[in-house]
Amino acid sequence: MTDSIGTLRLKTGLAEMLKGGVIMDVTNAEQARIAEDAGACAVMALERVPSDIRKDGGVARMTDPRIIEQIMETVSIPVMAKCRIGHFTEARVLEAMGVDYIDESEVLTPADEEFHVDKHAFTVPFVCGCRNLGEALRRIGEGAAMIRTKGEAGTGNVVEAVRHMRALMAGIKRLTILGPEELMTEAKNLGAPYELVRMVARDGKLPVPNFSAGGIATPADAALMRALGAEANFVGSGIFKSQNPAKVAKAIVRATTHWQDAKIVLEVSKDLGEPMKGLEIGSIPENERLQGRGW
Amino acid sequence: MTAAVGVLALQGDYEAHAKALQRCGAAPSEVRRVAQLEGLAGLVIPGGESTTLLNLMRDEPWFEALRGFHARGGSVFGTCAGAILVSREVRHPSQDSLGLLDAAIERNAYGRQVDSFETNLEVAGLPAPLSVAFIRAPRFVALGAGVEVMARHAEAPVLVRQGRVVAATFHPEITGADGLHAWWLGTLA
Repeated sequence: MTDSIGTLRLKTGLAEMLKGGVIMDVTNAEQARIAEDAGACAVMALERVPSDIRKDGGVARMTDPRIIEQIMETVSIPVMAKCRIGHFTEARVLEAMGVDYIDESEVLTPADEEFHVDKHAFTVPFVCGCRNLGEALRRIGEGAAMIRTKGEAGTGNVVEAVRHMRALMAGIKRLTILGPEELMTEAKNLGAPYELVRMVARDGKLPVPNFSAGGIATPADAALMRALGAEANFVGSGIFKSQNPAKVAKAIVRATTHWQDAKIVLEVSKDLGEPMKGLEIGSIPENERLQGRGW
Repeated sequence: MTAAVGVLALQGDYEAHAKALQRCGAAPSEVRRVAQLEGLAGLVIPGGESTTLLNLMRDEPWFEALRGFHARGGSVFGTCAGAILVSREVRHPSQDSLGLLDAAIERNAYGRQVDSFETNLEVAGLPAPLSVAFIRAPRFVALGAGVEVMARHAEAPVLVRQGRVVAATFHPEITGADGLHAWWLGTLA
């Protein structure tokens, strides 16, 4: 028989391999090396980390392919990169480069305010952000092979990631107690594909891996998100905006693996130096919150 | 009564392996600390990132413990990253490994994620072909005389066995093809 590529099983399969791990934002080869040496299971290649994107303002776009290329040449772990929401041409460029996962991300300025990328059309897998179950299932319906919470990137404040993970898990639990006759109305209310709603009601979980992102800054944050249901953690500005990136990175990796063991989380939390300076969510005007991008 | 088995749960798709073993009637434990190896007859080292696993294994004397586990009669089944960890020599790039299997293995030998593929494999001793996934897979580049090849893909050995060590460069655990897990549990009895 002939071999098949680009199947959903291969796309979610790579996400399965990342479970229990930490995916770190890096902006150059040197940071990528630090991340790999600290135990990252993958890196996200970026021109600027989200806290700098937030600070600099302007339009945030796909990273210069040269930077991504240098990172791909430096590490042996999977390399992800972000495209703008709806920017399928940026996605094609990233696929042509051979990145291992594409994040259709609200951290970049959306290219399309109405439509997301048709992710089924690609061989490379996609991860997308969500704030709740309806949003997660819309992205999965479009072909996302991994879901992450949006949180509020670049704040070092975990509260939005917690809010989104709790909303997602509550939505999933709710489906499992509804009767079959209630599911179509639920699908309508969620704005989600009926078949996916039925699948979640039956299995009590998303049909793709469910990760966390957007505001994790400490080992305890990472362990908290695992406890709330995240199968792995994305950490952005929290590492390379801290005083001691290598040590913080290593500690967050340990806390993500040993999240059930408070003694280990305790040990790795010591002497990490200054964490990134956090941002109170209420201090960010509604129209500058990244999580509102996409629908 | 099935043998006590564990899945190394530091990072990777340990849950998928645990589910496959459960479907075969076993009750696997998750192994995150060296002390949890105690009493096990077999250990699965799952897919994941081998560099991450190696990194986390430096926190405790894992190498000593796993070599001792094997020497005292324990069986080890490694898939993908697990196959890398049990091999004698790792290339592309070179990294530490347990050396329980007399083999040299090359990481990411098929390319990147866009080159990952699904296929059906004929496996020596299994009644039906196995539906499996190769994901950023490694490739055995040299095998010692004592290593038996159980399956090949495009002529390359992809499933091998040396005594109590079984190693697959692919993933049987994410496709619901439980034949290999059932067979492995049988070797522990």
